[in-house]
Amino acid sequence: MSQEAKSIRLTIDGQEITAEEGSSVLDAALANDIYIPHLCHHPDLKPVGACRLCGVEIDGRPMTTSCTTAVQEGMDVKTDSEKIHHARKTAMELLISDHHMDCLACAAANDCALLTDSAYLGIEPDHLVRLRPSSKGLPIDTSNPFFQFDPNKCVICGICVRTCDEIVGRGTLEFIDRGFGTTIGTFGNKSFMESTCESCGECVVRCPVGALAPKRPKFAAREVKTTCVYCGVGCGIYLGVAGDKIVDVRGDRERPTNEGSLCVKGRYGFNFVNHSDRLTKPLIKKNGEFVESEWDEALELVASKFADTKGDEFAALASAKCTNEENYLIQKFTRAVMQTNNVDHCARL
Amino acid sequence: MAGLVTSFGSGAMTNSIQEIDGAKTLFVIGANTTSAHPVIGQRMRRAARNGANLLVANAKEIELAWVADHFIQPKPGSDVVLLMGMCRYILEADLHDKQFLAERCEDIGEFRESLEAFTPEFVTETTGVPWDRICTVARIYATEKPAALFYAMGITQHSHGTDGVMAVANLALLTGNIGKPSSGVNPLRGQNNVQGACDMGALPNYYPGYQQVTNPAVREKFEQAWGIGAKSGNGSRPPVSNLSDKLGLTHTEIFDKIYEGQIKSLYLVGENPLLTEANANHVRQALEKLDFCVVQDLFISETAQYADVILPAASFAEKAGTFTNTERRVQRVRPAIPPRGESRADWQITSQIARKMGEPGFDFDDPSEIMAEIASVTPSYGGISYERIEKVGLQWPCLDENHPGTPYLHKDKFARPNGKAQLVPLTYKKSAEIADDEYPLILTTDRSLYHYHSATMTRRVEGLEKLDSNEWLKLSPADAARFGIEDGEWVEVHSRRGVVKVHAQVTDICPPGVCSMTFHFRESPTNEITNPALDPIAKIPETKVTAVRVEKIG
Ligand code: SF4
Ligand code: SF4
Ligand code: SF4
Ligand code: FES
Repeated sequence: MSQEAKSIRLTIDGQEITAEEGSSVLDAALANDIYIPHLCHHPDLKPVGACRLCGVEIDGRPMTTSCTTAVQEGMDVKTDSEKIHHARKTAMELLISDHHMDCLACAAANDCALLTDSAYLGIEPDHLVRLRPSSKGLPIDTSNPFFQFDPNKCVICGICVRTCDEIVGRGTLEFIDRGFGTTIGTFGNKSFMESTCESCGECVVRCPVGALAPKRPKFAAREVKTTCVYCGVGCGIYLGVAGDKIVDVRGDRERPTNEGSLCVKGRYGFNFVNHSDRLTKPLIKKNGEFVESEWDEALELVASKFADTKGDEFAALASAKCTNEENYLIQKFTRAVMQTNNVDHCARL
Repeated sequence: MAGLVTSFGSGAMTNSIQEIDGAKTLFVIGANTTSAHPVIGQRMRRAARNGANLLVANAKEIELAWVADHFIQPKPGSDVVLLMGMCRYILEADLHDKQFLAERCEDIGEFRESLEAFTPEFVTETTGVPWDRICTVARIYATEKPAALFYAMGITQHSHGTDGVMAVANLALLTGNIGKPSSGVNPLRGQNNVQGACDMGALPNYYPGYQQVTNPAVREKFEQAWGIGAKSGNGSRPPVSNLSDKLGLTHTEIFDKIYEGQIKSLYLVGENPLLTEANANHVRQALEKLDFCVVQDLFISETAQYADVILPAASFAEKAGTFTNTERRVQRVRPAIPPRGESRADWQITSQIARKMGEPGFDFDDPSEIMAEIASVTPSYGGISYERIEKVGLQWPCLDENHPGTPYLHKDKFARPNGKAQLVPLTYKKSAEIADDEYPLILTTDRSLYHYHSATMTRRVEGLEKLDSNEWLKLSPADAARFGIEDGEWVEVHSRRGVVKVHAQVTDICPPGVCSMTFHFRESPTNEITNPALDPIAKIPETKVTAVRVEKIG
């Protein structure tokens, strides 16, 4: 399938760099820590050249969108000049004039491409707010339990539309005209809840601003790399932890299994861990009622009862939810201690 | 898995998930991938979008059917006939892979003879799919290579499930679609670690690594390995000499023997058979008879009500270990938060019970030590250690510490004694239950994208509960009209074993004669009415085919 990609040499702002054949000028620059503002570009998606923020000068040609231009041997790229700056600023101001700025209250504020790019272009936050005095007044769609969509913040980059189409293969989203100009919405302009959306959240994680945003507060103090507990796909995940609670999950891009993708259960279905129904103490049934006990008492009871039923009077059911190590120990316990092969687990596929 | 062992010599997903991207054809049969294995479902849709031929065969119009190039709807229980029909066409049209058959397979004479019964008329009649559509699907699968085949419970949960698996294997062998990248036969394993539970020998007939309990040499090996005991005792204890040489009982048989009074104590870890077993009424009656029942779980499940002792277990986010996914990849599980309350990891609890009983060999301080023991007794895990699977895991077989793992199986030879695969002659067997006047509909079970198994975890996630909060009996408009049932109304579903109440949903996804329910909801416990008829080899109950009658309430 993949042959050794050829490497290409080019110059960006006087700096000689190498890039893989087929990669875009934008990717090559970003990979070499040369920043070019960009909004509609996403490394997982095919480039479309919609926002025009990534314009650069190539071999003297002004304002070529770097996300749609492939690197070529000997190319000479300038990422900044008076002309480029002016064109970008105009493109940016146009975008902002359509974007509801309430950054303090925005979930994306720490991680907003619009803010990053305007800072790069030297547009002051105050000026941003003046550029965008009032919101479009479109209602926020909060129907989905896990995320919301605020069309007033949408910069129409189309990343969500392309994600749902190219990555998820679902095609729930499209550009729609709501009278105020274009925005995005679900097919047939239904609420997310009523649409064909399967709540995977792939569009939400890629939205460069706060238009599509998770409902949960996501400030994780640290992350732990682990594996999803639900289905046999075994997606790699990072659990985000704050204090002793799990507050966030994101896909692990390093894992070949899922390459960062998740489904609704893996991304949003971890809260059972914190549920108040969790058993916290051993329970022993006494006169038909469960009574809390200390571990030692419970273990003594189990050990003595099991010791009386060694052999084929005993059976163990292990679990496809437990780890390998646990399943191994349960069968070892059944075979070596209880002296029977009566051990199985639930799903016999 | 028994079917694949017969055909290939080993039973697991042959190829890797990533290889879906390189397949020219994907054939998905008896699997509702977008619900049960969503991220693989995404990948299949993506592959189809990028030009792969997507072929889908399912009794119901599942979502993947909407993006398929060809979708056929065989009647429930007719998959063997469909697959054998495809094989017949492929041979007649001379589309089989002669070189592969000659080099990699045993003589197919008997198999070829067994195809004679599967005439186009018979196949069409039994499956309900027009012959030319079967031929189209067969032709694409045989010629647009590499072709990867995927199946799940829709093939296995039948009284003839092992035949279904062998039929799938026959088709792949006949066309040479196995032993290469992006092809193969891929059973999608349901629960997160069902592959690992099997690998680890949580099975009545196998020690870890599919080493047979009836084989004296294997038994001796484990007596040696376990007798010495990891770190306990004085390090030179005599070998255990009392490992049983008798096959153990399967899940379903265990409940029968409890019911008959032969099994007196049960150790049930993390399972909720009252919702997940076919004919759950029987399971309940059995549980009532137990002398002593220990349940180890996160929550008090429906089943835990029958326990004498409930031990609080830590969740996956609170412990270390490994899961093995459907593509045989052993991956790390790491603790992110401390165990809730006094709950403890399952590995700790089992070890503590054994130690209380004074038994050696359970003195582990960390799961990595257990993995070291696993690697020492399980050839396919021989090269697996926590250090090596730090980042992305390893796919077994991984024989020693230098082995890179195995992305796809059967590359040069099959795991059968002579290294060759076998095309198995098959006959048509009817499902144990078929529709009749009293029970005119076939109920088949399914899964929801939003819930997992008995839903003890997912129904405690508010948002998932909001997205999917109760059971629906899905049935076709024609059957709804026939039985006078309105969309959304409460109905009773009767089978030979019981009755459940549920809301009806009238939908085109079910063809006439077929209705469908999941089994996630305790309010409508589907498995109280499903059919426990077992496949004689794999011992999987026939939850995909139950004859039912739907009645209005009141
Ligand atoms: S959540 Fe997933 S399915 Fe829903 S619109 Fe976003 S990408 Fe599409
Ligand atoms: S919702 Fe976000 S990703 Fe989608 S078009 Fe608007 S800004 Fe772009
Ligand atoms: S994220 Fe979804 S597809 Fe991935 S393992 Fe978890 S449940 Fe399965
Ligand atoms: S990033 Fe290139 S046009 Fe938007």
